[in-house]
Amino acid sequence: MDGKIVSLLIDSFWKILLPGLKITIPLTVITFAIGMVLALFCAMVQITNVKVLSQISKFYIWIFRGTPLLIQLFIIFYGLPKLGILLDAFPAAVITFSLNIGAYNAEVMRAAILAVPVGQMEAGYSVGMNYFQIMARIVLPQAFRIAFPSLSNNLISLNKDTSLAASITLGEMFLAAQRIAARTFEPLALYCEVAFIYLIMSTVLAKLQTWGEKKLSVHERRDNETGRPL
Amino acid sequence: MSMIELINICKTFGDGEVLRGVDLQVNKGDIVVILGPSGSGKTTLLRCMDFLERADQGVMIFDEERTELATASKHTIAALRKKIGFVFQNYNLFANKTALGNVMEGLTVARRMHKKEAEQIAKAALDRVGLSDRYDYYPSQLSGGQQQRVGIARAIAMNPEVILFDEPTSALDPELVSEVLDVMKKLAQDGVTMVVVTHEMGFARQVANKAIFMDQGVVVEQGTPAQLFDAPREERTRQFIRKILKEEAEDNKAIDTAAEDRTTEG
Repeated sequence: MDGKIVSLLIDSFWKILLPGLKITIPLTVITFAIGMVLALFCAMVQITNVKVLSQISKFYIWIFRGTPLLIQLFIIFYGLPKLGILLDAFPAAVITFSLNIGAYNAEVMRAAILAVPVGQMEAGYSVGMNYFQIMARIVLPQAFRIAFPSLSNNLISLNKDTSLAASITLGEMFLAAQRIAARTFEPLALYCEVAFIYLIMSTVLAKLQTWGEKKLSVHERRDNETGRPL
Repeated sequence: MSMIELINICKTFGDGEVLRGVDLQVNKGDIVVILGPSGSGKTTLLRCMDFLERADQGVMIFDEERTELATASKHTIAALRKKIGFVFQNYNLFANKTALGNVMEGLTVARRMHKKEAEQIAKAALDRVGLSDRYDYYPSQLSGGQQQRVGIARAIAMNPEVILFDEPTSALDPELVSEVLDVMKKLAQDGVTMVVVTHEMGFARQVANKAIFMDQGVVVEQGTPAQLFDAPREERTRQFIRKILKEEAEDNKAIDTAAEDRTTEG
């Protein structure tokens, strides 16, 4: 590797990382949080069988899991102005990613809640607790533990998927890398560099997942390394 | 006047009639055992009493208050559950709570009791079942027998008027059965009213003052345990008792043989 490329990589590193810190990470965190609220809401209305809401949430999940994320971004950013709804790139990205991750996590949460044995609910009733008390204090904490690995997976995917927002002019990491690549005619170096930064982020998230699983499984008698029961 | 009177309880699952008009009286201080082959409806009867299952028909008179089981309101159900404790076959301890947390949960959340007070009551309940040294253990760290004793502590901490036991020892390894039965015997001596679905004939004979034999969704025969076991009037009861006694004898023989094998090996 000649010295020119090395200094280019070093120069551009901060120019790519900075939008990563300012846009990619906040976008991931905000949309995942909104998505979780949506997911919990959809999972709960389906499990409690609230008539109309349950239908709506099924429809929403069907649409957002069934169509490409990139096209969802285009519809919201380039399509909606036709209807007079003009959004900046960042809010458009927040809306799209939240709705998308919400749909995926709704299914994860629904399955996790159903995986908690029904006896937990009955035991709660037998000591006089009501449905919402049992949900909040007994079932959801256990469901969250069950869902945690899948949710972590989706979070890691989401973090990488935010790169799609480059296509709606959002100045995140990938767009920053594209611009430098166009100027310097070094696409291979720069795209590898931005991929490497995503890899670091994913690695950190995966480490957080391991740590979180350990924290959440205090009540389970498992070997923390192998996950096997002791 | 009975403390609890059940009149004509009926329950159908799909096209299976599980309860076909069951009547039952429980007096204060009674230890009632319910016996019967699997599928006889005894568990369902117990679950209907605590509204874990909704009966299709029938009345429960509890402390002279009459409730139509099929149409009872949320409010009525909550009031009745306050008077009824339930011990499950599979313990059903809250998996995300410690032993102490399991017993405190109903007190702090359902009864809105102050934490300090709840903790005192919960510890006393756990002491009563012999688990003073297991307050901070999670269910997964306890043996089946210990889990079931926590289950019993959770029920008695709420100070119910009656505790319903749904086959409390059926899920346990044979060597753990007695520790749970001993706790139940102690409760019986303390005057706790209990309705127990069980196959433990020894316990029934020793502790219960009333035995009920159910089959195919009806009460076939009832009386004192001695009457029911030694001089059953109905042929179905006779057959069942004979079968249970034979199984018990075989179990004992198996345990004896196993013990002998061990001594010869040693």
